[in-house]
Amino acid sequence: MDENLKRSIMIEHYQNPLNKGIIDDEGYKRVNMNSKTCIDNLDFACKIEDGIIKDLKFDGEACAISTSSASIMTELFKGKTISEAKEIIENYENMINEKPYNKDLLEDANCYDEIYKQPNRKKCALLPYEGLKKIIEDS
Amino acid sequence: MDFKKDFPMLGTNTIYLDNCATTLKPLSVIDEVSDYYKKYSANAHRGDYDISRIVDEKLLEVRKKTASFINAESQNEIVFTSGATEGLNMIIKGFFKNYLRSKDEVLTTKAEHASLILPWFDVVRKNGATINYIDLTDDLTVTMENVKKAITKKTKVISLAHITNVIGDVRPIKEICKYAHKLGIIVLVDGAQSVPHEKIDVRDMDIDFLTFSAHKMLGPTGVGVLYGKEKYLKQVKPIIEGGGMNAFFDSLGNVEYKELPEKLEAGTQNIAGILGFGKAIDYINELGIENIHKYEVDLKKYMIDKMSRLKNLTIYNKDIENGIVTFNVEGVFAQDVAAYLNKKGICVRVGNHCAKILSEVLGVKNTCRASLYFYNTKEDVDEFVEALDNDNILYDAL
Ligand SMILES: Cc1ncc(COP(=O)(O)O)c(C=O)c1O
Repeated sequence: MDENLKRSIMIEHYQNPLNKGIIDDEGYKRVNMNSKTCIDNLDFACKIEDGIIKDLKFDGEACAISTSSASIMTELFKGKTISEAKEIIENYENMINEKPYNKDLLEDANCYDEIYKQPNRKKCALLPYEGLKKIIEDS
Repeated sequence: MDFKKDFPMLGTNTIYLDNCATTLKPLSVIDEVSDYYKKYSANAHRGDYDISRIVDEKLLEVRKKTASFINAESQNEIVFTSGATEGLNMIIKGFFKNYLRSKDEVLTTKAEHASLILPWFDVVRKNGATINYIDLTDDLTVTMENVKKAITKKTKVISLAHITNVIGDVRPIKEICKYAHKLGIIVLVDGAQSVPHEKIDVRDMDIDFLTFSAHKMLGPTGVGVLYGKEKYLKQVKPIIEGGGMNAFFDSLGNVEYKELPEKLEAGTQNIAGILGFGKAIDYINELGIENIHKYEVDLKKYMIDKMSRLKNLTIYNKDIENGIVTFNVEGVFAQDVAAYLNKKGICVRVGNHCAKILSEVLGVKNTCRASLYFYNTKEDVDEFVEALDNDNILYDAL
């Protein structure tokens, strides 16, 4: 992915986020992710049935990296089983932390593959995935 | 003075505009800290040998210097703490917790730092006093009129920052103290953002308690000052007890504390830090605190003038006279603005700046804050404004 394409994917998801807005519905597990070091503050809601992520939504206020990453994540994980989800999360974290990973699993989320160049922003890109991890671990 | 020579950090290609958070340190401070460890690394109050006596003498010298810096009557009114936060906790929990009765009122504002507000929350939960907020004006400042309006017969203490760390407004402390004292109200001033930047004369202003931090005025981290009028300071109960502060104790639990200020300085103090702080005061004195203030005001005017020409900015505190500029870039989240500026080597702070309830009043949760000190230059401002003169900040932040 060239750099301009990566940025346009992020901008598109930041300005027109998908799955944004949480409805108070039964069957959704919720988690609030409030970054310790910056001002990102996002909520996530996930509906898991029979070990499959049926729906995933987010809401809140955060920077362009966190918000776009949340939007991309919610799309990426819908319909995935818990074990598939765990594998994707692990690969995503490896990408952010400059370890070997399988880019075929990450689709649009590959646009953060150079975020390590801005170490302050790694936590922004990771925040949504930490939220999802919490939900999955509890389920 | 050659700031580039005196401040090692000024040679690192960063433009440091976060002086509200902490300031850079001059070599004289850094050297004083390391000299302590290299040349007379002994504990205080152990005058049995020379290097310990040297430490005692040096500490006393810094205490006197601090007293004269804020024009306290006596060096015994100067208590060294670990920072403004500890000082505030010591006064609120060690003095006001016992002083206030149920239904007494504490007056403060919604623009205060967490370090002032949270200890109050804790105390009023325990003793049944209540917190009332002085109304802020539309431009978020505190007027004498609103202070008077908020005072009731139950008001026992007014507790607020001299200068806030979000928009930097200057409160009329002298008038507040004068008015409050006529009614028997005690005034506790958080001087973290004012003592480093303008002349504070605790006797002229008639302040009862004042706290501030060394690291926001060229000094080391982990050092602060608690000033109190002797008559009040005497009544502060130590919230931390231990060595160095007791004169006597026995197995029956009888304890006698030392006199002020040692009574409030339990345990081994941050000796290296306090000594470094002495050099910080020297540096400021050499420049002259009034000159520092004037320079910052002028530099901010220059900055506001340039920033006002950019169409994409909202500035929240244009007319406030000091070195703090709080702003947002239209359509860009504050965090992204800071990330963008960081790419250009410019340090600004984003967020609610530890004054979380101010957002209830300000209407926006998060802002960017650029805060100046005397070593910042017009060139720094030029680069900063040039960076903001960009229609693609969001894109370039990624
Ligand atoms: C107004 C105000 N009060 C208190 C503090 C707390 O100072 P410290 O963290 O040095 O204890 C700060 C620091 O940001 C401040 O700006």
